[in-house]
Amino acid sequence: MPTHPVIPAELPRQNVLSWLKARYFATTRDTVVTVIFAAFVAWILWSLIQWALLDATFAPNAGDVCREDLHGGACWSVVTTRWRIVLFGLYPFEEQWRSGLACAVMVLVAVLSCVPWFWQARRLAPLWVAGFATFYVLMRGGYFGLTEVTEQNWGGLSLTIFIFAGVSLLGMPLAIVFALLRRSNLPWIARTMALVIDVIRSLPMLSIMFTFAIVLPFVLPEGLTGDKLYRVIVGYALFFACYQAEIIRGGMQALPNGQEEAAKALGLSYWHRIGHVILPQAFRNALPPTINQFVITFKETSLVTIIGFFDVMASGRAASGTADWNFAVIEMYVFVGLIFFVFVFSLSRYGAYLERRLGVGQR
Amino acid sequence: MTAILKDRRVRDTALQAAFVGAIALIIVVFFVTARANLEAQGLTSGFGFLERSTGWRISFSLIEYSTSSPYWKAILVGVLNSLFLGAIALPLATVIGIAVGVMRTSGNGMAELVGTSFVELFRNVPLILQLLFWYTLLLALPSPRDAEPILGGIALTGRGIYLPGLNVTGGSVFVMTLVLITAFGVSLWLGAKRWPDLHLDQAKRERMGLWSIALVAGVIILFLGRIAGETLLSIPEARGLNYRGGIRISPELMACVIAIGIYGAAYIAEIVRAGFNAVPKGQGEAGHALGLTNWQIFSRIRLPLAIRIVMPTLINQYVWLFKATTIGIAISFTDFFMVISTSINQSGQTLELIAILMGGFLIINYTIAWVLNRVNDAIKLKGTQLRI
Repeated sequence: MPTHPVIPAELPRQNVLSWLKARYFATTRDTVVTVIFAAFVAWILWSLIQWALLDATFAPNAGDVCREDLHGGACWSVVTTRWRIVLFGLYPFEEQWRSGLACAVMVLVAVLSCVPWFWQARRLAPLWVAGFATFYVLMRGGYFGLTEVTEQNWGGLSLTIFIFAGVSLLGMPLAIVFALLRRSNLPWIARTMALVIDVIRSLPMLSIMFTFAIVLPFVLPEGLTGDKLYRVIVGYALFFACYQAEIIRGGMQALPNGQEEAAKALGLSYWHRIGHVILPQAFRNALPPTINQFVITFKETSLVTIIGFFDVMASGRAASGTADWNFAVIEMYVFVGLIFFVFVFSLSRYGAYLERRLGVGQR
Repeated sequence: MTAILKDRRVRDTALQAAFVGAIALIIVVFFVTARANLEAQGLTSGFGFLERSTGWRISFSLIEYSTSSPYWKAILVGVLNSLFLGAIALPLATVIGIAVGVMRTSGNGMAELVGTSFVELFRNVPLILQLLFWYTLLLALPSPRDAEPILGGIALTGRGIYLPGLNVTGGSVFVMTLVLITAFGVSLWLGAKRWPDLHLDQAKRERMGLWSIALVAGVIILFLGRIAGETLLSIPEARGLNYRGGIRISPELMACVIAIGIYGAAYIAEIVRAGFNAVPKGQGEAGHALGLTNWQIFSRIRLPLAIRIVMPTLINQYVWLFKATTIGIAISFTDFFMVISTSINQSGQTLELIAILMGGFLIINYTIAWVLNRVNDAIKLKGTQLRI
C-alpha cells in the first residue's frame, strides 16, 4: 500500500494543484475519504443554510407567520422580537442602555487584559477593580442621577458577565493565596490547604453552587448570609480558586529551584521573592491553562440557571417559554449558543495564540 | 514577651495553630448554627431519617423502588443512575473522541476540517445548553402513535427510544456485567504481570481463552436469568397510544448520554490529538520499513502509543466528566445530585444530606481515579521497554 507523502505546512507551496493533491487526494483512499466528507459537509451546510437563511422568518412579531410556514425554516422572529430579554433580563426597559454599556465596559476590560503591557499586578488589578466598579455603578445606579435597579432585576447577558467578572476578581487573589499556603514550609498549613483544595476539586460545581445558594443561610449566623447572588459568586470563586491554585502551583513547580535559591542568596525577603521572582515566572508558565480555566469558568456560569438565576441561558429559555413562542425554542438555544460561542471561541483562540507565542520564546 | 515572638519555632507553631484553628472554628460555627436552626424547626439531626419512607416517586430506577421505600434506597437509586449514565456516556465519549482525534491527525484536509469543526462547535458551547438542545429535539420526535419502527424494532418516539431487548432479570444482567468486568481486569493483570518474558502468541491465546470463557459464562447467566413464560427476545410493538415490550430509554437519559458523550468527545478528541502528535514520527516510519500496512501501523503502533501517552490526562478528564453528569438535574434526570436535592427539600436534613453528597462524590471520584490509575500502571510503557 502506498504511503502518505509528508509535506510540512511551513514549506513554500509549489502551486495550488500539488498542495490540493497532497492534502486531499494523496492516495485512492484519501480521495474516497475526501469525497465522502465533502458530500457530508455540503449536505449539512446546505440543510443549515436552507433552515437558517432561505426558509427562515426574520421579521419581528411574526410568530403567526412562522406557525403557518410550511417550509419548516427557522423562526428568527423570536430573536428579533425578544432579544432584549436575552441580553438584559428583567432590567427596566428605559434603563437598558446602562446594562448594555456596562457589558461593553467589562468586555473592554477583558480585551485590555489580553494586551501584554497590562500583564503586571499593579496594572491588571486596578484595571479590573475600576472596570468592575464602573460595571456595578452603571448596573446598580443610585448615584449620578441614575435610578436604582437592585440585583433582583438584573438578568440576561449582563448577569452572566457580572458573575464571571465577580468570580475572576475574587477568585484570582484567592487562588494565589491558596497556592502559596499549599506550598508553605509549615507542614500543618500546607496539609490543611491541600486537603481543602482536593476535597473541593473532587466535588461537582453544581453541588458547590447549591450548597452556597441554599444550604449556607442554614449554617451561618444571621447577618452573615448576604444576598443569594453574592453567596453564589463567593462559592464559585472558591471553586475557581481551588482549580486555579493548582494551575499556579504547577507553574511554580516548573521553575528551577535555582530561581528561589538565588533570590534568597541576594537577601530578598519572602514577599519580594514571591512578588518579583516566583509569581511572575509561575504565571508565565501557567498562562495557557489559566486561559483555559477562564474559558471553562465562563461556560459554567450557565449552571446558575439551575439554582434559579436569570442569566443569559435562563433568559433565553424564558424568552421562548411563553405560549406564543414555545415552538421556537431551538432557535432561541441557537441564539444563546452563538452568544456563548463568540465569547468562548475568541478566548480559546487567544489562548492558543498565546501558547504558540510563549512556545516560541522558550525555544 | 517580644523575645518569644522572635523565636522562629514559636512563631511557626502559633501561625499553624491559628490557621488550623480558624478552619476548625468555621466548621464548629456551621454545626452550632445548623443545630440551633434544626431545633427551631423541630427536626432532629442524625442519620435516622434514612430509614423513613420518602413518599415521592422516581421516574427511572435500576432497582425496585416505590414511594414507600426509605431514603437510603432513594439515594442508592440516584447513585446507581449516576453510575449507569457515566458507564454509558464515558465510553461513548471515548469512542467518538478517538475517532475525531484520528480525523484531526489524519493528514487529509477534508477529514481535519470536519474534526476541527466538531471540536470547536461542541467545546465552545456550555454543556447545559447542549443538553437542553438535545432534550428539546428528542421530545419533538413523533408521538408513539405516529412513529414507525425502523431496522426491525427500533422506535424513535417523543416518549423515549424503544429497542429490542431480552426478557431477563436485572440481577442476571448485573452478574453478567460483573463477569465481563472481571475478565477485563484479569486480562489486564495478565498483560501487566508478565511483560519481561512476553510470548506474544501464548499471551494472545490465553487472553482469547479467557474472553471465550467469560462470554460463554455471560450467555449462560443470561439464559438462566430469563423470565419464565415470556419469549427470550422482546421486540417493541405499537399498542394503542404507546409502545410495549423491548427496552425503553427515556428522553432524559438519552439526552444526558448524547450531551455528555458529545461534549466529552470534543475534549477527549483534543487529548487524543495531542497524544498522536507526541508519537515520534520514527515509530511509524520504522513500521513502514518493516512492511506493515497503514492499518497495522495505526492499530499496532500509533494508537497504542498515543493512548499510553495521554492516559494520565484522560483519567482527569473522566473524573471531570463524571462530575459533569450532575447536569442531568436540568432536565430532571434522577441522578445522585437530584435525589439529594429533592431529599433536602422534603426532609430538611440539610447537613446530613450534603455530607452524604460530598462523601459519595469523594468515594466515586477517587475510585474512578484509582481504578484507572491501576489500568494506567498495567498498560504504561515500562522501564526500558521503549523510550519516547
